[in-house]
Amino acid sequence: MEKSAFFNSKLLPYLLLVPQLIITFVFFYWPASQALWQSFLREDAFGLSSEFIGLENYQALFADPQYYKAMLTTVVFSTLVAALSLSIALLFATQADKNLKAAPAYKTFMIWPYAVAPAVAGVLWIFMFQPSLGTLARPLRAMGFDWNPLLNGNHALILVVMAAVWKQISYNFLFFLAGLQSIPKSVIEAGAIDGAGPMRRFWTIVFPLLSPTTFFLLVVNIVYVFFDTFGIIDAVTGGGPAGATTTMVYKVYADGRLGGDLGGSAAQSVVLMVIVIALTAIQFRYVERKVQY
Amino acid sequence: MVEHRPWNDIIAYAILTLGVFIVAFPVYLALIASTHDAATVVGGNMPLSPGGRALENYYRAVFVGGSRTSREPVGHMLTNSFISAIGIAVGKIFISILSAYAVVYFRFPFRKTAFWIIFVTLMLPVEVRIYPTYKVVSDLQMLDTYAGLILPLIASATGTLLFRQFFMTVPDELLEASRIDGAGPFRFFWDTLLPLSRTTIAALFVIQFIYGWNQYLWPLLITTQDSMQTIVTGIKKMLTTTDELAEWQLAMATAVLAMLPPVAVVVFMQRLFVRGLVETEK
Repeated sequence: MEKSAFFNSKLLPYLLLVPQLIITFVFFYWPASQALWQSFLREDAFGLSSEFIGLENYQALFADPQYYKAMLTTVVFSTLVAALSLSIALLFATQADKNLKAAPAYKTFMIWPYAVAPAVAGVLWIFMFQPSLGTLARPLRAMGFDWNPLLNGNHALILVVMAAVWKQISYNFLFFLAGLQSIPKSVIEAGAIDGAGPMRRFWTIVFPLLSPTTFFLLVVNIVYVFFDTFGIIDAVTGGGPAGATTTMVYKVYADGRLGGDLGGSAAQSVVLMVIVIALTAIQFRYVERKVQY
Repeated sequence: MVEHRPWNDIIAYAILTLGVFIVAFPVYLALIASTHDAATVVGGNMPLSPGGRALENYYRAVFVGGSRTSREPVGHMLTNSFISAIGIAVGKIFISILSAYAVVYFRFPFRKTAFWIIFVTLMLPVEVRIYPTYKVVSDLQMLDTYAGLILPLIASATGTLLFRQFFMTVPDELLEASRIDGAGPFRFFWDTLLPLSRTTIAALFVIQFIYGWNQYLWPLLITTQDSMQTIVTGIKKMLTTTDELAEWQLAMATAVLAMLPPVAVVVFMQRLFVRGLVETEK
C-alpha cells in the first residue's frame, strides 16, 4: 500500500526520521550487537580485560544442566500459563457474549487487572499464600496440607503460575470477546435451526471460527510468559527455591548480575533472541495480511 | 434468534460473578490489609473487613516510610513513576508520529530501509538485551536519571506502525486540497494530520502510560539511589525478607497506590484503552 499523493522535500524526511533512528541505534542496535559480541568473549570479574574465546560460552551453556533445567521450567511454565489463562478467559468471554443486561459492567470488572504491574501482581499473590500469614495459605495448612512456596519448588511454581494466569486473563478475555462478537449471529442461528444445542454449536461453529484469535493469543501469551512474567517471578520467589522458578529470562538476569558471568549471560541472550525471532516470524506469517509493506 | 432458556442466563451470571470474584479478591485483600495494624496482618487471622488504620498506614507509606526496614517513603517514588510513565508515553508518540509521517508522506532514497530498521525492533524486548543496554546507559552517564529510565524504553516500533497504519487511511484528497491551498509539509501536518490523529494519539498514550508505569526490570537495574526508584520497584524492596518481619500493611498500602493510577486509566478511559490495545497488536 502506497500513498499516491506525497511531498517532494529532499532533506525534511531525514530530519523527521532522525530522532527515532538515533534512539533505535543507541539503545537497540548497539546493545544487541554488543550482546552478540560479548557472547564470544570472556571477561574478568572487574570488566577490565576480555579475551576472544569463540563458541566456548555456548559450549559451556549447553553443557550446563542448570540451563536445561531453566529451559524445562520455561516450557512447563509457559504451557501451564497459556493453557489455563486461555481456557479460563474463553469460558468467561463466552458467558459475557450472551445477551446479558450487565455484560458491559462485567467487562469493565474483568479487564482492569491488565493495568496491574506484574511485580505488584506477584506481591498480591505472595501475600495471599505466604505460609504463616496468608489468608488462603492458612486454611490449606490447617487442613494438614504442608503448603510452603518458600521451601517447596513445586508450590513456588504453582504460585507463580497462578499469579501469571490471574494477570493475563483480562487480556485474553478482551480479545476473545471481540472475536466472539465478530462472528455473524446468522451462522449461529442457522446451526440452531438445524437442531444443534448450545454445546454442539460452540464446538462445531464458534470455536473453529474463533481459531485466528486463539492462535494470535497463543503466540502473544507465550511471549508474555517469556518476558513480562519477570516481575512476578522476582517478586514472588526470586527464581527460587533452588532455582525451581528460574526461567530462561530470569537466568539471563541472575547470571549476569548475581553471578557476574557476562559472557554466559550474553550467550543466553542470543539464544533467547533466536527464539523470539522465530516466534515473531510465526506470528507475522499469520498476521501478514494486516502488516503489509 | 436462537433458543432462550432462563437458566442459561443464570449460569452465565454465576460464572461471570465467579470470574469477577477471582479477579477482584487479591486486590480486595490488599485493600483490607492496608487498613489494619501490623500485628493483625502478621498474626495470620486478619479479618476480611476493613480495620481502622487506613489513614495512618497510607500516611506512613507515602510520607514516613517503614520503621523496621528503614525504607524510604513512597511519595517521591510515585512522582518518579509519573515522570517516567508520562515521559515514555510522550517520547514514544513524539518520535513515532514524526517517523511515520516521513515514511508515509514522503518519497526519498532509503525509505524502505529506514522503515525496516525501525520495524526490526519489534522483535526484541528490552529484557533480552538487558546488560548491554545497561552498559550503554552507564557509558552515557545516564544511570539514576530520568533520561536513563525513559529513553531506552521508547526505542520500539509499535508507535510508528500504529501511526503509519492510521495515516494510510487518511484520504489522499486532503493532502491535495491543502496543497492547492498552498500548505507545505509543516502546515499540512499541523493543521490537518495532527487534529485527525487525536484519537490515535490518545489511545497510544493510554497504552504506553500503563506500559511505562509497570516497568520493573529496567528501573530495578539502572536506579541505584533510593531517590530515583519507581513505586513498582520500591514495593519489592519492602519485602526483600519475605518473612513476618516485613511490614505487610505498609507494603499492601504501597501496592494499592502502585495499582491506582494505571487501573484508573483503564477504567475511566476504557474505550481508548481497548482501541489502543487492539490496534497496537495488529
